[in-house]
Amino acid sequence: MKKVTNNTVLRFMTCGSVDDGKSTVIGRLLFDTKTILTDTLSQIEKTSKKKGMTEVDLSLITDGLQAEREQGITIDVAYRYFSTGKRKYIIADAPGHEQYTRNMVTAASTAQLAIILIDARKGILTQTKRHTYLAKLLGIKHVIVAVNKMDLINYDENQYNSICEDYKEFEKNISPLSSPININFLPISALKGDMIVDRGNSMEWYHGATLLQLLEDLDTSKDIKESSLRFPIQYVCRPRESVNKELHDFRAFMGRIESGLLKVNDKVKVLPSGRESVIKEIRIGEQQIEEAIPEQSITVSLADEIDISRGDMLVHQSDSVGAIKNFTGMVCWFAEEPLAPNRTYLIMHTTQASKAKITSINYKINIQTLDSEEVSKLQTNDIANISFKLAQPLVVDNYIENRGTGAFIIVDESTFHTVGAGMIELLD
Amino acid sequence: MKKLLSHLDWLESEAIHIMREVAGQCSNPVLLFSGGKDSLCLLRIAEKAFRPGRFPFPMMHIDTGHNYPEVINFRDKKVRDLGERLIVASLEDSMKNGSIVLKSNDEPRNKYQSITLLEAIEEHGFDCCIGGARRDEEKARAKERIMSFRDEFGQWDPKNQRPELWDLYNAKVHKGENIRAFPISNWTEMDVWQYIEREKLELPDIYFAHQREIVRRDNSIVPITNVTPLKENEVVEKIMVRFRTVGDITCTAPVESDADTVEKIILETASTSISERGATRLDDQVSEASMEQRKKEGYF
Repeated sequence: MKKVTNNTVLRFMTCGSVDDGKSTVIGRLLFDTKTILTDTLSQIEKTSKKKGMTEVDLSLITDGLQAEREQGITIDVAYRYFSTGKRKYIIADAPGHEQYTRNMVTAASTAQLAIILIDARKGILTQTKRHTYLAKLLGIKHVIVAVNKMDLINYDENQYNSICEDYKEFEKNISPLSSPININFLPISALKGDMIVDRGNSMEWYHGATLLQLLEDLDTSKDIKESSLRFPIQYVCRPRESVNKELHDFRAFMGRIESGLLKVNDKVKVLPSGRESVIKEIRIGEQQIEEAIPEQSITVSLADEIDISRGDMLVHQSDSVGAIKNFTGMVCWFAEEPLAPNRTYLIMHTTQASKAKITSINYKINIQTLDSEEVSKLQTNDIANISFKLAQPLVVDNYIENRGTGAFIIVDESTFHTVGAGMIELLD
Repeated sequence: MKKLLSHLDWLESEAIHIMREVAGQCSNPVLLFSGGKDSLCLLRIAEKAFRPGRFPFPMMHIDTGHNYPEVINFRDKKVRDLGERLIVASLEDSMKNGSIVLKSNDEPRNKYQSITLLEAIEEHGFDCCIGGARRDEEKARAKERIMSFRDEFGQWDPKNQRPELWDLYNAKVHKGENIRAFPISNWTEMDVWQYIEREKLELPDIYFAHQREIVRRDNSIVPITNVTPLKENEVVEKIMVRFRTVGDITCTAPVESDADTVEKIILETASTSISERGATRLDDQVSEASMEQRKKEGYF
């Protein structure tokens, strides 16, 4: 019997607008990997006919809510799935228009790779720069630049090459410069299906991989930071069962490893208190393990009885990191109401939450030109550099080095809405 | 050293993390348990998240009264084995107290589950319901958050969802509002079956191929039961079927299948050409937007 397996998960996002054929690219990927099943297909065939189209409109596969269909727009991020046997893929499909910066930021926050679409007829546009900037800002390490609609420029190799050269030239100057990214280019026609899953026979001059092949072969193992342990305590288990005496004094600390490795017998300390102990046991459910790696949800017990609660951070004793009460970060503002500099907000970071005040709004990014600008007010979709003062000390890292401990969200204390999200930039 | 989690380990780890966030942030959560395969995955995840401690929440079944007895027996056995607490909120009770009025007695009851659910939320003061919904099931689900905010009337507002970034979940609510948390949002039907195989999870028998009396109505296979009786001039057939989803009898149809083991179901799932809901949920076929509509009204 044939075994169905998937070795790893790859999360990616697609950047582009409806006009770039973004929905068609996703539709084509799902269609050609046989993810679209008969009933869904017959539904979109019906809709295509209703719209008077002769071919099946693959972009309808990603068609969303009734509310969106009525307005003919995409409002929100949608998540889609396919697998090839080699990998399971999670696509974050975000609308690309500048008004939807917040959606792109949201989609990018969990993506390891971004596909940036360029219309072959138009070349690099302002939005290409915006998409590249946001992908880098959110710490995406891999970018695939897909030059789409090659069929509309007669599959012209020279025109494709010059778009690639243009892209390389401007990308060099897009900050944050501190994060080098791995860029791949390829020419595609999502409409005709060229170079998405199948090669087609219109671009024999292109010898590189197809889009799916690039996704299948991408090496993401080195993206995981293993050097410094960050284990935020999520939940403390105290069974206190009188029947089972062994469990009466049992205490275990639960959470997910954000970075680094944790091994049995490791010498650890709890921040912010600084109390020290040694790892006695690591478990996933019933199963004992010797070593835990990033992204694993584990249960840990310690050799000593020390006071630990949700929100504390476990690090190695040798680590010099400490908890701090001031930091600066790049913030994307989501809420309709502008940021009120005099208000207190709630910052949620790993498993901790703290009240925070804004000490200064330092500058704002003009999302069209990517220049820094002076700022007095922060509105929906704005991105700005802001300094905060916290009530609780937090153990933070530079976002670009550690997504898990460098990211935070901002919550309105009275409505409880998530009003913004930020990426910490520590100064040396 | 290079190490990556397998896709099942990654999905499991994410789900454990989400469940522990619920336990850490919410004061009175509940886990919705139907006896179906997705909620059985949730229970295994809860064991991995909280043992050797007790679950920090009870389980709750919204009982339409139209169940396959195998599923209810299985549900009760599972609860006993786990030693946890089950609340049964029943549509019959909502009908008795007048909050549910059926148009006719044989009407599908799925959409009325929202009313009983909202009543139970209010009665027990739950601030979060953990459910086994997946984003691959349906296009309205594809856009839903992992921690999805519902107002005092249980309504989902797709245009006004809280942004959800990284693994930072905002489960804060005011009194009366609640969060629906979906730990297996990122799982597909195939992932669920592969997890069931790996974890050797027990399932109600009706998930596996068995002989059943059915009748064919408009492209669907309808099992003959006391709430879905044979109509005049219809012909009963006895064929091998299995259920891909388990819910209210009147809106859950089986598929023809010989797959009587998890391994065979996985192979069949890999080669199927019809989606889970398309094949088996009679209630989603009514209109293109019916799930979206039900969710806006407080559905899971």
